[in-house]
Amino acid sequence: MKGWMGKIKALSLLGFLALILSGCGKENLTALVPKGYGAEVSMDLIILTTVVMLVVFAVVMAIFIFVLIRFRKKKGQEDFIPKQVEGNHTLETVWTVIPILLLIIIAIPTVLATFDLADETEASDSINIDVTGYQFWWHFDYQGEDFQTSQDIYIPVGEKVYFNMLSSDVIHYFWVPSLSGKLDVNPENENTFYIEAYEEGVYWGKCAEFCGPSHSLMDFKVIVVSKEEYEQWVADMKNVDPDEEPESAVAVEGKELFQENNCMGCHAIGSSPVQTGPNLTNFGNRETLAGVEDLDKDTLVKWLLDPEEIKPGNKMTDNYPALNKEDAEKIAEYLLQLKHTDITSESAEN
Amino acid sequence: MSIAATQKKGVGAFIWEYLTTVDHKKIAHLYLVAGGFFFLLGGLEALIIRIQLISPENDFITAGLYNEMITMHGTTMIFFAAMPILLGLMNAVMPLQIGARDVAFPFINSLGFWLFFFGGVMLNVSWFTGAPDAGWTAYAPLSTTSPGHGVDYYILGLQISGAGTLMGGINFLVTIVNMRAPGMTYMRMPLFTWTTFIASTLILFAFPALTVGLFLLMFDRMFGSAFFDVALGGNSIIWQHLFWIFGHPEVYILILPAFGIFSDIFPTFAKKRLFGYTAMVFATVLIAFLGFMVWAHHMFTVGMGPFANSIFAIATMAIAVPTGIKIFNWLLTLWGGSITINSAMLWSLAFIPSFTIGGMTGIMVAASVADYQYHDTYFVIAHFHYVIVGGVVFGILAALHYWWPKMFGRVLNEFMGKLAFWTFFIGFHLTFFIQHFLGLMGMPRRYWVFLEDQGLDTGNYISTIGAFFMTFGVLVFLYNAIYSWVKGEKAPADPWGGRTLEWAIPSPPPFYNFKQLPLVRGLDPLWIEKTEGNGKMTPAEPLGDIHMPNNSIIPFIMSLGFFIAGFGFIYQTDYNAAYILLFGGMAIALGSMLVRSLKDDHGYHITKEELEREAD
Ligand code: HEC
Ligand SMILES: [Cu+2]
Repeated sequence: MKGWMGKIKALSLLGFLALILSGCGKENLTALVPKGYGAEVSMDLIILTTVVMLVVFAVVMAIFIFVLIRFRKKKGQEDFIPKQVEGNHTLETVWTVIPILLLIIIAIPTVLATFDLADETEASDSINIDVTGYQFWWHFDYQGEDFQTSQDIYIPVGEKVYFNMLSSDVIHYFWVPSLSGKLDVNPENENTFYIEAYEEGVYWGKCAEFCGPSHSLMDFKVIVVSKEEYEQWVADMKNVDPDEEPESAVAVEGKELFQENNCMGCHAIGSSPVQTGPNLTNFGNRETLAGVEDLDKDTLVKWLLDPEEIKPGNKMTDNYPALNKEDAEKIAEYLLQLKHTDITSESAEN
Repeated sequence: MSIAATQKKGVGAFIWEYLTTVDHKKIAHLYLVAGGFFFLLGGLEALIIRIQLISPENDFITAGLYNEMITMHGTTMIFFAAMPILLGLMNAVMPLQIGARDVAFPFINSLGFWLFFFGGVMLNVSWFTGAPDAGWTAYAPLSTTSPGHGVDYYILGLQISGAGTLMGGINFLVTIVNMRAPGMTYMRMPLFTWTTFIASTLILFAFPALTVGLFLLMFDRMFGSAFFDVALGGNSIIWQHLFWIFGHPEVYILILPAFGIFSDIFPTFAKKRLFGYTAMVFATVLIAFLGFMVWAHHMFTVGMGPFANSIFAIATMAIAVPTGIKIFNWLLTLWGGSITINSAMLWSLAFIPSFTIGGMTGIMVAASVADYQYHDTYFVIAHFHYVIVGGVVFGILAALHYWWPKMFGRVLNEFMGKLAFWTFFIGFHLTFFIQHFLGLMGMPRRYWVFLEDQGLDTGNYISTIGAFFMTFGVLVFLYNAIYSWVKGEKAPADPWGGRTLEWAIPSPPPFYNFKQLPLVRGLDPLWIEKTEGNGKMTPAEPLGDIHMPNNSIIPFIMSLGFFIAGFGFIYQTDYNAAYILLFGGMAIALGSMLVRSLKDDHGYHITKEELEREAD
């Protein structure tokens, strides 16, 4: 019995070590290392509540362990009958009042922070991005700029950027843990909140509301660049020529195939109201394919041949003419060279 | 029927007896066995979920099947495992604790069970045709647009069993109000009876919200209405409100009886009366009351605005006060006692740290702005499993060990009890503690896969290992239960030195419970008689004829009727022939009601002579 228990203890210790080694999770994904205003406010509150709660826990455990050691039935005391205590008003008042005080300590900052983060007064003079959630991808429309992106959002560092969010189908949640807490993307009421990033970088965003088979694959990226880079990026995105001829001959063929195979029915290149599929402008600079896969030719061909294999339940599968491998490769060639700006995630990382 | 008649043997007779029984103790057996079965199913589903998440981008099961697994796991565990097992315990114990011969409406008691049972079967039939996949919370529009019939099974299964639960709640309320033995005033009732009373009140007020929500969902899915369809002017948020107006009190429907269980077990094994009885009762009432004021803390991120968020945050935090009172009163009950630690006590003691952690994370998620990070992540999964497993499941297991002798006349094996406890306890913390961190590290809940290289591998791996420990613990308990049935030692009337009325009668009790109703002289009536009297309850009435209800098969048939009609409702959208099921089933159900209403059934009497012949 003893040795067996020892093994379990050793095992769980190992587990904890592993946890500490793996640290607080992946940088720019974890909420434990906040890099934006919203995430920081939340983190402050998380720390405050954790500390208060640990104090309470310590008190409970101290009494608990003391009681267990001190008042266990002892040998020879089988017939001992303890005093039957009814209660104690003073004590009971103490443990009613102290928790109330502790809760006030938590409640006040909670309320202040709630109002702080809900503040939208600066929205009208800030960058506004309309977010639409789709099963299982994200669409971003930069208000007043006449261009759209999908999956990747570029924003400037150190500025409040407002997101106005609506869903086109079921409920999604817009969550970029390192930058800010999450907010629902509902089909009815538009929800607004802002992100203010402290550092440049590529941040992982996730859909946190259960939205169907590929819920776990509905990632997006927030790419935070410097103010100048952002302005450059906006200028480039506004000047995209959707009909520009690609350089390589294969890509030219790919472009034709793209047009022939009804891809345009759902995907726009350049600014367009079409939104049944992700906008593919600047596709070659995407961080990932379909939000989750590495962006390379092989994976892209795989996607074009059978998107279901990568994202179950997605709305592209079976809604376009079946492609053969050669055509898929040509289209891939075309899509991957769609690079409409020099501002990429690398700009953010430098 | 007479005493002799109940003694007849044979498998057929045995089954028939259970199909028709109206005896609260046998209905308790039914609840425990059926609830236990669903618990195993739900556990299996949980294990499959954890295996899928053992490594990144695993493909043990497909995305579609995974979504069915999580939906069925949640729905099954809440509605068809935790609830019925608690209802079973209430049935087994509460009438004995108040010195009653049965519940107020034995027929309805049986009907409640069979409705629950057929509801559970209905839900699980969907495994053969496509299970629900919109989560146990069935948020619209995901639930209204989910293809196939999975969600329809969810709706009908819950609707049928929900009716049964509501009946059970009303029945317990009437029983406690009307059928307490002479001298058993409200403020002398054992805490388990008190919490049964309060939980039943919660059932009475909370379940109608679910019923309404399910009806709206049913009409949207089956009859072309658009309550939740935004495109046609509906509103999907309404579902969330209705669901949580039910859903939050539901948490207290589960946890309050567990509180009651611990409040009975601690005094018994510390040999000391419950510390601060009055405060314990009022804390329970207060928790229940506040439980109705906080539903929107499940919806902080919906976009209700800072006012609503602040109010619901503060209301939620307030619940910690009465809960804290309870924790300290339990500790003070143990303080100065003479504590025996056996299996029942191990589960109860383990509850204190485990549940305290769950309660603390409860305050953490109540801080609305912090919740913007926790919401819908593994942090929340960890929080509510600490509450529901660390509170409710530990409570159920403590209660099973404690009342097993009374319910089945056998004692559970102590060694196996301890083995099951330790493996489950360790497994539980391994599984769920780490999930707090997983959530904050960026893992949302209901994720079929998590991606490689996101720092989530180790945590998930540990969590899955924990799940295997828990499984092992459950299997040991199961073996223990079967072993006790086949070979267990026979239980005496009062194996633990009990304090309350159920320990004053034989184990298992005769079907009429009390030959003569006992006279209650105070809190812990049996303890009073042991310390101040002759150790036996004084009868409050002379020996006389006892009036008993007759068994009836009607509850079973009526529930079967609703079950059949359920399939009719589901499939009438595809085939007109399904109307045969719909109307046929309803005819059976309504016909049974008619028979029940028109046929006089006055029950029967056990005569004084028969009772005298029975040995004490
Ligand atoms: C019926 C509409 C539809 C048609 C037609 C269609 N797609 Fe798609 N496509 C989608 C949707 C929807 C997605 C997003 C899938 C997801 O991530 O859930 C998508 C995703 C993609 C992506 C990944 C985009 C990203 O942001 O990473 C590529 C590349 C793509 N489609 C290429 C094509 C090509 C090439 C064709 C023509 C052969 C095509 N699509 C035809 C709807 C369509
Ligand atoms: Cu989503």
